[in-house]
Amino acid sequence: MAASLDAAQGLTSRPPGRPARAARLRLSGLFWRHPWAKALLLLAPPLLAFIFVYLLSLVALFVSSFWTIDPFTSELKHVWNIDNYRQLWQSGAYHSVALRTIGIAAAVTVADAVLAFPLGYFMARVAGGKSRAFVFVAVLLPLWSSYLVRVYIWRLILDDSGVLNWSLRKLGLPAANIGYTNWAVWLIFTYVWLPFMILPVYGALERIPESYLEASRDLGAGAWTTFRRVILPLALPGVVAGSIFTFSLTLGDYVTPLLAGGASSQFIGNVVYDSITTQQTPFAAAFAAVPLAVMGVYLLIARKLGAFEAL
Amino acid sequence: MLVAAVAAALCVPAASAGSGNGLPTSIGKGEGQLNLIAWEGYTQPQWVKPFEKATGCQVNAKYAGSSDEMVTLMRQGGGSQYDGVSASGDASLRLIYGHDVAAVNPNLIPDWKNFIPALKGPPHNTVKGVHYGISLQWGPNTLLYNTTKVKPAPNSWSVIYSRKFKGKVTVPDNPIQIADAALYLSKAKPSLKITDPYELNSTQFNAAISLLKQQKPLIKKYWALASDEIDLFKNGGAVVGASWPYQTNTLIAAKVPVKDLIPKEGATGWADTWMMSAHAKHPNCMYKWMAWVSTPKVQAEQAIYFGETPANPKACPIMDKLSKGSAAQYHCGASASYFDSIKFWKTPVAACGNGQNDCMDYTKWQQAWTQLKG
Repeated sequence: MAASLDAAQGLTSRPPGRPARAARLRLSGLFWRHPWAKALLLLAPPLLAFIFVYLLSLVALFVSSFWTIDPFTSELKHVWNIDNYRQLWQSGAYHSVALRTIGIAAAVTVADAVLAFPLGYFMARVAGGKSRAFVFVAVLLPLWSSYLVRVYIWRLILDDSGVLNWSLRKLGLPAANIGYTNWAVWLIFTYVWLPFMILPVYGALERIPESYLEASRDLGAGAWTTFRRVILPLALPGVVAGSIFTFSLTLGDYVTPLLAGGASSQFIGNVVYDSITTQQTPFAAAFAAVPLAVMGVYLLIARKLGAFEAL
Repeated sequence: MLVAAVAAALCVPAASAGSGNGLPTSIGKGEGQLNLIAWEGYTQPQWVKPFEKATGCQVNAKYAGSSDEMVTLMRQGGGSQYDGVSASGDASLRLIYGHDVAAVNPNLIPDWKNFIPALKGPPHNTVKGVHYGISLQWGPNTLLYNTTKVKPAPNSWSVIYSRKFKGKVTVPDNPIQIADAALYLSKAKPSLKITDPYELNSTQFNAAISLLKQQKPLIKKYWALASDEIDLFKNGGAVVGASWPYQTNTLIAAKVPVKDLIPKEGATGWADTWMMSAHAKHPNCMYKWMAWVSTPKVQAEQAIYFGETPANPKACPIMDKLSKGSAAQYHCGASASYFDSIKFWKTPVAACGNGQNDCMDYTKWQQAWTQLKG
């Protein structure tokens, strides 16, 4: 507003040919004198999108969880109550769904961390330029194929007459009938989210200066002590940063439990989906608030562990 | 703006609530488009392509996996997104009482007068003499089993509740499955006095739920899509389960050794109706569609493809022409007593047939089902 006013004045008081340049100079002067104005202009579009697209929809979600649905007409009744939360609190079935979701998300995170650490170490410290590029491509390539296809492929592998049991039989081992169980769900999640753990772990390991490791060795520490006292503490923020992805992605998913789960594989997302197809939107909103709360607590802990510096 | 949109969405049903009079007396020119919600296998190119050619109505179909999903889709976006739905009996009354579907004039459907009497104005799509759709096909929910793994051949639903096939059983992921348990109990435990599997008081309902709880450890997977059950039977994950004839046909075509039957306790089943949205944008195309799928040839094609029984018995000779013996196999033109032996899906409501108000309504069924799976 102020800038356009300046430009208008420049148009009347200065000789032709100059005004545009003068206005630009004035504008940059204004921004130099008031750095906050520059910041505001820079941030305005993402900030507006964040508030209107992102935060307001979350608020709407939270608000609607305090409403109810008329069972006969399926119309929303705007009467404030906490029935949805009471139902969540009182029913054992929803407790086990929430605990199962959080438990499997935690197990997936641990498995990914254990798998990602050696791979990240190899990429950061051992591999040369070419083999590092190869591993990078190998890690990222699955992300380019459809998530759904990868889940279906795993279903075929783990089926009773699938590749896994076939291989076990060839090796003379007993069949592992883990298709359509929570083991299958855990395994598939561990596979699909692994890249999201490898990348931050690799980043954290790469940033450890070689001199630290040399110093550790010079001071007489063995390989295990160096790993435990130097590498692990310095890489931990990377692991925690990766765990934010693996944990939250598992927490919010419903496709894998739906396709590859068994009779007792309901996740929070599945109950939310079922509630929406049966038009219980407020209850779905209430249950969707649970992972939000869990993630809030998780992020607080992650911040304490220094994960945000590693992102 | 949001407020305006919500207000508009709320006003639309009110404006057309007084349906029942002012029905069209002729079908006008097609609008060029037709948006449908259908069961898997109900809009095959085999009969959709000729329809498009004959009427100029371009068909866009979306498959729905359950009656609940159909109701949700029909209500979404003010209800004008779709022109019609192939609703089963457990969805049709909800759609009628929710003012989501329009009254239709059956006299505009030439083949309607040929339908079996029970499906000209059945209670699941005709209320107080007003027709809210045209009946389509019907059939039983069957017991499907692998003939090489399940011996001797079963003749009772007890096989899906017995520990003999632990971890090899699959049933639909659908609250209406409670009715299957109730139907089995009506014969296995006569002391419960279950006469209608959709009208259950709390004692009968709890008995059905506890039977399903005992069944849960035996279940490999609650199938959500017909293709899930097909995969399970193909790969040996399941050897026995509750099914539709569609899965049997697909599996037999894939050379999987399966058979299906109606066990001695009887079966639940479906009777589907093409219903028109109360806010349909292409009503003429919808009328043309309802007339098209009622013709003997299309009725026969769909009956054979899905494995169900046509509402129009004129389809029976055509079925035998298309596939010898299929008319008898799918009970085309079956007697009224066979029709009556199937307990067709309907929406459970609190008001039981006995005049009392102590039955469990569908919301309770849905909650119980979610908790069972939890």
